[in-house]
Amino acid sequence: MPPHDPTKPGDWKDLPKDQVARFDAALAPVLQRYPPDKKEAAMIPALRIGQEIFGHAGTAVQQLCAERLGTSPARAEEVATFYVMFHTHPTGKHLLEICTNVSCCLAGADRMFEQLKRRLGVENGGTTKDGRITLREVECLGSCGTAPAVLVDEKVMEERVSPQKLETILGGLQ
Amino acid sequence: MSDVKVLTARWGKKDSHTLASYKADGGYGALEKALSMPQPGIVEEVKISNLRGRGGAGFATGLKWTFLPKDIRPRYLCVNADESEPGTFKDRYIIENDPHMLLEGIAITCYALDIHLAYIYIRGEFPKQAAALEQALAEAREAGIIGKKLMGKDFDLEVHVHRGAGAYICGEESALMESLEGKKGYPRLKPPFPAVVGLWGKPTIINNVETLANVPWIVKHGGAAFAALGTGKSGGTRLFGVSGNVKRPGIYEKPVHYNLKKLIMEDCGGTASGRPVKAVIPGGSSSPVLRGDEIDVSLEFDAIKAAGTMSGSGGVIVMDDSVCMVRVLSRVTKFYAEESCGQCTPCREGTPWMESLCEKIEHGHGVPGDADKLLDMANHIGGFTICALGDAASMPVQSFVKKFKDDFERHIAEHRCPFGEGAWGVSQDSREAVIGGMRA
Ligand SMILES: Cc1cc2nc3c(=O)[nH]c(=O)nc-3n(C[C@H](O)[C@H](O)[C@H](O)COP(=O)(O)O)c2cc1C
Ligand code: SF4
Ligand code: FES
Repeated sequence: MPPHDPTKPGDWKDLPKDQVARFDAALAPVLQRYPPDKKEAAMIPALRIGQEIFGHAGTAVQQLCAERLGTSPARAEEVATFYVMFHTHPTGKHLLEICTNVSCCLAGADRMFEQLKRRLGVENGGTTKDGRITLREVECLGSCGTAPAVLVDEKVMEERVSPQKLETILGGLQ
Repeated sequence: MSDVKVLTARWGKKDSHTLASYKADGGYGALEKALSMPQPGIVEEVKISNLRGRGGAGFATGLKWTFLPKDIRPRYLCVNADESEPGTFKDRYIIENDPHMLLEGIAITCYALDIHLAYIYIRGEFPKQAAALEQALAEAREAGIIGKKLMGKDFDLEVHVHRGAGAYICGEESALMESLEGKKGYPRLKPPFPAVVGLWGKPTIINNVETLANVPWIVKHGGAAFAALGTGKSGGTRLFGVSGNVKRPGIYEKPVHYNLKKLIMEDCGGTASGRPVKAVIPGGSSSPVLRGDEIDVSLEFDAIKAAGTMSGSGGVIVMDDSVCMVRVLSRVTKFYAEESCGQCTPCREGTPWMESLCEKIEHGHGVPGDADKLLDMANHIGGFTICALGDAASMPVQSFVKKFKDDFERHIAEHRCPFGEGAWGVSQDSREAVIGGMRA
C-alpha cells in the first residue's frame, strides 16, 4: 500500500481511490447475503476483502469497513484483532502456516517446523529478511488424516507434507 | 454389523460433487418427498431416527428442533462447518465429495421448520471447501431448487456461505452466532438457548454439517430404518476420522456403535510402527484419553460415556508407546490456552497456567506434587465457565494425569523427558490415508 505508511494509524480517506473502488465493487454482492438492516454481519467478509486489496487489515482498512457497514471503527478493530487470519500489520509476500497440533506432530510436524525456522532464519511469526515469507505455527487445519498439513497464503492446503515436498513448496514462493 | 453407507456412498465417483451426478443418483428425491409431507411429519421422522448431533455433544436432533417457540418469526438455520477440534477432519470431505447432499439436508430441514434463511458458517482455513459450497449453491439456484421457490413449491429459501477467519471458539454455537453477526466470537451465557434466542435475537437451529447430511437419507428411507442402523438412543452411521500412529489413517463410515478397538486394529491396520497402542483420544482433543488397554469399547454416545469419555466429533487420535504423554498434553493445553476467548477468568487464566506447568514438567523442571497441582487447576476450570471450552481444556488434563501418572512422575524424578528428542515418537507418514473407502 505504497503512499501511506501502513503501520501508522490512518484515515480510510487516504487509501488509494482506485483500490477503494475495487473494495466497494467486491463488497456490494456480499452485502446482499444479509438482511438489509444487518449490514454489520459482513464485517468478516469486508475485512477479508480489504486485506486482499490493501495488503493487510490495518487501521485505515478497519475504518473503511466500519464506515461502509455503518458501525464504529472500534467494532471493526475488535474483529480485526480477534481472528488470526486478519493481519493488522503487513506480513511477508507469502504466508506459510504449519500445523503443529497433535496429529501433525505425530507425523513429524514439530521437526519440520524447527527445520523451517532454521532454514528461513526466523522465529514463529517472523518474516524473512527479504520480506518474502512469513512463517507461522497454527492450530489444527482439519487435515489430520493426511498430516502434516501446511496452509500456503491462506489459500492452498498442502497435505502429507514431507521435508522434500516442503522444499518444492518453498521453491514456489517467489 | 451393517455395511450401509449413508454418507460416503457416492464418494470417489467421478464428478460426485456436481448437481448432474447427484441427480443421476436420485439426489433431491428426498426433498421432493419431504415437500409432499406435512412439516411436523418430517420432524417426527427425524425424532424416530434417533439422529444425534455429530458436532460434539451428541444432542438428539429431532428434540432440539422441537425447542423452537411456536409463533416467533423469522427463524434461522446455522450450519456449523467450523470443523476446528483437533483430530477432526470429516465435514470437509462431505463438502468436497457430496455438497448437494448437505444442501438437500439443509433444504429439507428449513422446509420442515419453516425457516427461510440459512447460513453455512465455514472456517476461514477452508477456502477450497467454501468455493465448492458456493459452486453447489449456484447450481441449485440455477436449477430452481432453492431461491424464490423450493423446487417449484411456494416456499422461498436462501442459503449463504459465511466464512470465518481463524478462531476455534467460533465452532461453539453461540460464539458462531456472534461471529456471524459481525463481532468477535464471544460465547453467550445460556440459557436462553439458540433455539429460543439465537442469531439476531431470533430462534435459531444450529446443526453440524454431518448431522444435516443424514437428513435426506432419513426422509427417503424413514426414521425407523436409520434408527435400525444404530443402537439404543443413537441411530445411523458416523464418519470416524482416525489419525496419528495407525497404518491407514482416514475417514471410516461405520455404525454409530462401532467398536473402537476394531476400528483401530482392523480397519486402520493397527499401529504403523507395529508397537503397542499406548493411548487413544477417541473424540477430538477435548475428549478424555483412554489407555491402550481400555479401547475395547463401543463408540456409541452413551456407551462410551459410561467408559468415562466421549466420542465427541468422531476424531480418533492414536498414539503408540513411543510417544510421551506429557509432550502431548503440553501441546493440547497450549491449544486451549491459545483459543480461550478470554471472557471468563478461570479459562483465561487457568489455561495458560496449565500449559506452562505442563511445559515445566516436560522439560524436567517439575517438582513432586506438580502432577496433582495440574489436576487441581483443571478441577477449578471445568464447570465454572460461560462455555464448554473450559471443560474441553480440563478433561484432557484430568485424564492424562490420572491415566499416565507414571509418565509425569518419571519426568519429575529424572529431571528430564525420558523420551528425549523423540517425545513425539516414531514418526508416521500418512501416505496410506483412506478417505471413505478410497485411497486418498
Ligand atoms: C469450544 C467448542 C468448539 C466447538 N466446535 C465445533 C465445531 O467446530 N463444529 C461443530 O459442528 N460443533 C462444534 N461445537 C459444538 C457446537 O457448539 C454445537 O453443539 C453443534 O454445532 C450443534 O450441532 P449438532 O447438534 O448437529 O452436533 C463446539 C463446541 C464447543 C464448546
Ligand atoms: S470458557 Fe473460555 S472460551 Fe468459553 S467463554 Fe469462557 S473464556 Fe471464553
Ligand atoms: S492436527 Fe494438524 S491438521 Fe489436525
